[in-house]
Amino acid sequence: MEQKNLLLKIKDLTINYNTYDGIVKAVEGLNLSMSNGQTLGLVGETGAGKTTTVKGIMRLLPDPPAKIVRGEIYFDGENLLKKSKKEMRSIRGKQISMIFQDPMTSLNPVMTVGDQIAETIRLHNDISKKQSFEEACTMLEQVGIKGERAGDYPHQLSGGMKQRVVIAMALACNPKLLIADEPTTALDVTIQAQVLEMMKKLIAQYNTSVIMITHDLGIVAETCDYIAIMYAGEIVEYGTKQHIFLNAKHPYTKGLFACIPDITAEDNKLTPIEGLMPDPTNLPKGCKFYPRCPMAGKECENENPANKEIENGHFVKCHFV
Amino acid sequence: MLKYIIRRVLMLIPVMLGVSLVVFTLMYITPGNPAEILLGEEGGSKEAIELLEEEMGLNDPYIVRFGRFIWNLVSKGDLGTCYATRQPVSQRIAQTFPNTLKLAGLSVGLAVVIGVVLGIVSAVKQYSIFDNVAMALAMLGTSMPNFWQGLLLMILFSIHLQWLPASGFSSFKHMILPAVTIGTSSAAVIARMTRSSMLEVIRQDYISTARAKGQSEIVVILRHALKNALIPIITTVGIRFGVMMGGAVLTESIFAIPGIGKMMVDAIKARNYPVVQGGVLVIALAFSVVNLIVDILYAFADPRLKSQYR
Repeated sequence: MEQKNLLLKIKDLTINYNTYDGIVKAVEGLNLSMSNGQTLGLVGETGAGKTTTVKGIMRLLPDPPAKIVRGEIYFDGENLLKKSKKEMRSIRGKQISMIFQDPMTSLNPVMTVGDQIAETIRLHNDISKKQSFEEACTMLEQVGIKGERAGDYPHQLSGGMKQRVVIAMALACNPKLLIADEPTTALDVTIQAQVLEMMKKLIAQYNTSVIMITHDLGIVAETCDYIAIMYAGEIVEYGTKQHIFLNAKHPYTKGLFACIPDITAEDNKLTPIEGLMPDPTNLPKGCKFYPRCPMAGKECENENPANKEIENGHFVKCHFV
Repeated sequence: MLKYIIRRVLMLIPVMLGVSLVVFTLMYITPGNPAEILLGEEGGSKEAIELLEEEMGLNDPYIVRFGRFIWNLVSKGDLGTCYATRQPVSQRIAQTFPNTLKLAGLSVGLAVVIGVVLGIVSAVKQYSIFDNVAMALAMLGTSMPNFWQGLLLMILFSIHLQWLPASGFSSFKHMILPAVTIGTSSAAVIARMTRSSMLEVIRQDYISTARAKGQSEIVVILRHALKNALIPIITTVGIRFGVMMGGAVLTESIFAIPGIGKMMVDAIKARNYPVVQGGVLVIALAFSVVNLIVDILYAFADPRLKSQYR
């Protein structure tokens, strides 16, 4: 990856949640980098630490209980973890913005959607209230909602429209990095397709880099250039879309693909990955996937495998590659 | 919205009629003879009592007396004459109700300022020392009887420090102690309600959204969180204010405030029917108006409710 084009570089990021039941190691020793204009898919099952990672980037983790134990997050060459609260505020919404999972709950029910979009614009630009509202209307048009609906409250919009508003809000200040946390999970399939299509168009138009969190491999295939597979707080496999879809090496990634039902198969049973995610307060000592892994060997139990580059830009964290 | 308000105001008429009927009937079946009580002290003779009974119209049947009360009220706006002072009841209410209103307004104002601020800070700094101390104080405030708290305040500020007068209600200085006495217990309730309501709202996704926009914490709390947490707070404040419309009998007695609560208790003891009836009517009306205002405020606090107000 070219150094000069680097947008985001995460080094050894470790995030714990201190709970009554013990320390939850949500993210451990995570390394990740992405360059300008990339769309990175962050894939993993619920509880893998995807949302914790990106909230860590935004510095939006509630502390307590969350604690960034160590690591560095470089955005545009600057370490976000060293920024003051005030500096972070000027980055949030302007340089990095975020789309949350559930559009039903991520809009403020007592503010008009126009005001909510205008709020972002006014925070980061020195313009009048009226101007910012007009810009908010323009943003709404961009996501396919008529400008005159800016005076509506969230409860007057459908789910798909709400998610469009959330997207408009996130893109209003033309951020360098957009983090989309399962942006379509809460929508039904037809609306999903529309919203994704629109997002793809806007991302290209604004030349925004995107981290797309999802557990839907279909969405990944459609939108992402690079894919990182997360399991129990670690990235177990990273590569281009081709690497992951055509040449997956990690047993967990293989397992994920095996889960996709085959419409032509005679037997209509699903093929799940056996077992459950490990208890996050008591993770296995060696490879985190070891208890569920079909090819686990002796070394897996005690030794956490290193991240190996098996071909140019394709990293796998497994003893057997 | 205007239509809704007009309809609600019109609905007050049957409510007031119902209240009149209930109060009138209750007073009718309550044992005790106002003429006897009135003349009792001077040792009135049997003839004098009977004469007074006749004059007061106490010998007429129930339905005639109720009819007369309603007719005088509707046609002349006349609530009757106080047995004791011979003043019109409306005049006695005009003397006492403003005091109650002032006391209620002042103490609720105080309670809202203290309660909402404490509640917000406690919620934002949940489980901190501030939160624990504030909630312990709130517990104390709700459990401490008003009259006792009033007496303690009086001992400290009127007797030992001699800063504030202990009784009467003629100047602002007189109002401070009673307002603090009533206000603190309301503040405690409001603080607890604000805290729990804010805690619920603070965990919502749209608060994260507001933070993700780069909004400062204080604006996130006041504009995004507080406005969403308002409904239960408005409800609590409304109930507190409404209850105070009936006067704070104990506090009024301790501080010798000529309020409606004290007037009512005296009137009930003397079987002073017109004053009791008139007083209850005014209290019920004030309570209903406060309720209406609370309902209208809901619509401003939450646009989702506005569409239901037709």
